[in-house]
Amino acid sequence: MNTLNTTVTSEAEMPEENVVPVQEEKPAETVIEEGKTVGRPFADDAKFKLRNVEVFYGQDRAIKNISLDIGRNEVIAFIGPSGCGKSTFLRCLNRMNDSIDICRVKGSLNLDDQDIYDPKRDVVELRARVGMVFQKPNPFPKSIYDNVAYGPRIHGLANRKSDLDDIVENSLRKAGLWDEVKDRLDATATGMSGGQQQRLCIARAIAVSPEVVLMDEPCSALDPIATAKVEELIAELSESYTIVIVTHSMQQAARVSHRTAYFHLGHLVEVNETNKVFTSPEHELTESYITGRFG
Amino acid sequence: MTDQRSQAEIVRQSLKRRYRKERRFRAYGILAIAIALSALVILFADIIGKGYSGFVKTTVTLDVQLDGEMMYIDDATDERQLKMADFVEPLIQALMKEIPGATEEDRDAVRDLINPYASVTLRDALQANPDWLGTTQTMTFLTHTDVDVYVKHGDDDAYSIKLTEEQQAWVDRLLEQGLIDTSFNDVFFSNGDSRDPSKAGVLGAIVGSLLTMFVTLVLSFPIGVAAAIYLEEFAPQNKFTDFIEVNINNLAAVPSIIFGLLGLAVFINLFGMPRSVPVVGGLVLTLMTLPTIIISSRAAIKSVPPSIREAAEGIGASKMQVVLHHVLPLAMPGMLTGSIIGMAQALGETAPLLLIGMVAFIVDVPDGFFDSATVLPVQVFLWAGSPELAFIERASAAIMVLLAFLISMNALAIWLRKRLERRW
Repeated sequence: MNTLNTTVTSEAEMPEENVVPVQEEKPAETVIEEGKTVGRPFADDAKFKLRNVEVFYGQDRAIKNISLDIGRNEVIAFIGPSGCGKSTFLRCLNRMNDSIDICRVKGSLNLDDQDIYDPKRDVVELRARVGMVFQKPNPFPKSIYDNVAYGPRIHGLANRKSDLDDIVENSLRKAGLWDEVKDRLDATATGMSGGQQQRLCIARAIAVSPEVVLMDEPCSALDPIATAKVEELIAELSESYTIVIVTHSMQQAARVSHRTAYFHLGHLVEVNETNKVFTSPEHELTESYITGRFG
Repeated sequence: MTDQRSQAEIVRQSLKRRYRKERRFRAYGILAIAIALSALVILFADIIGKGYSGFVKTTVTLDVQLDGEMMYIDDATDERQLKMADFVEPLIQALMKEIPGATEEDRDAVRDLINPYASVTLRDALQANPDWLGTTQTMTFLTHTDVDVYVKHGDDDAYSIKLTEEQQAWVDRLLEQGLIDTSFNDVFFSNGDSRDPSKAGVLGAIVGSLLTMFVTLVLSFPIGVAAAIYLEEFAPQNKFTDFIEVNINNLAAVPSIIFGLLGLAVFINLFGMPRSVPVVGGLVLTLMTLPTIIISSRAAIKSVPPSIREAAEGIGASKMQVVLHHVLPLAMPGMLTGSIIGMAQALGETAPLLLIGMVAFIVDVPDGFFDSATVLPVQVFLWAGSPELAFIERASAAIMVLLAFLISMNALAIWLRKRLERRW
């Protein structure tokens, strides 16, 4: 009978509903101690050594005193509700935040014991070592070949055409795309399917042989089959690269990563072996999140 | 409390209203387009109706007897004799022969049928072929403008026919004999301006326009694109750049005649550049088109998706490489379109050029950037203001030439955009 009225009220309450669980977690929130991360945030053989990292957007503190090690050839997944700072943190690792004027980064961030944010450090060299794959597939509007060859070209990695051809083929093979596109390398990349485009972006990122690949929700725009392919690829790549992946899918984090880091409102709440995080989380917030009580 | 049925009723009612609104809105749109199109059709019909006769010339074919005695000349290679010789008399005699019943008294009336420049044509022909002296040659000459107007518009009340009844009868007869004839007006495309409508052409104005446009393009495109790239990609966001941006937007709205005054004050008075020359015209039009080009180029750069920028940065492309390899190629079609539209605007611009002296009466076709010149729209302005009716059709014809240029420029813009887009 009263359908109209009920829908109106429920709509009006929608935003509140989002707030309510957080308010319920209020006692839990006080448990977050700034800079204190439960679990195993440090590694013995660290590729990245990140200490007391803080990121500001103007006056807002988006990342609050996070310390974390990312091990060599490790796949680490960042999970957490939207707006918790996991993407911001990821983008600090190859200084993609530089182009945002109001963004400031504090703390010590080291890649192989070299300061990432050293003003004298060349960001181009850093990004050649730390590649990135984005949320939305973003191939250049050029041919498939040119997409993969772009990185090696600008960094001067191949002097001869044949070397470049080899790099392109190897990268596409590693990305599991070679068989699908070997006959149409000159075709424009924007004509491929979404999954192919994303794998092309991965091929493009690994064509400059980086040491680390950062992935910002690489599968969020893909269907399950394409997602499965990308995940397989991540597993293969983990043999030779360090991979940091931000994901909203906990199943994905569970499938591909060795360690999982749970972010909450700019804090790094818990870091641990992936199976530990998903089977016996130490922190209440982590537990609430992975059991789907919010987020 | 509303129950389910009445709610559906309300929706149905509102749907009806919504569809009515939609239909009305579509009708407004169609009406607007119809008005715009009909205005365009009227404009074109008027211009073409008035101007097509500008592309037609009236000529008279005569057997000219080049009699040395009559012309006071015995050596056609002698410059001095050529200057002194009488080239009008042979023309009058030749025409008199074709008009039975014309007596010595009608000499002046017969002479007035022939273009005043016909004697020059005859002299040039004799100078080129000195052995023609003493022979009879069949040659074609322009008729007098009055004959031209009578032949083309004899039955049009809007044109005042200056020929006498007797002259009209002669012209009618010559027309029947096929001695007076109309043909494509090549004079219009091979001459500069002239006091005599039948000798006036647009070549001078076309060349002047091309020279001016070249200067404008060479200066405004690189400067505009460079400014846009700097402001969009490299400039820090602060009060100063905001100030620059506001000023550029304001400049785009400044009336063009102000730029003419600026050009007069700065380029001519301060820098001492000559008046009426394409370089100064080009500089003034550059100032005028720069804001347009900068604004459209910035819009084109802004429309490049940030994901492409991030992708390039993520691989380690430097700022310069991101701009040169990715942003510029993607923004280029938009930049070109904006620039060509700016150029088309400049091509049709009259007011600022009046102030820097490009409105002068210039007969010669300009042969360089520092030679006095006029441009097409100014030529139209000059002819449209002329009291002689024969100039009106030439003004319309010149407008058609100008429109042809504008349309081909726009076509070029579309073609370039299509071509550049296909590359990716």
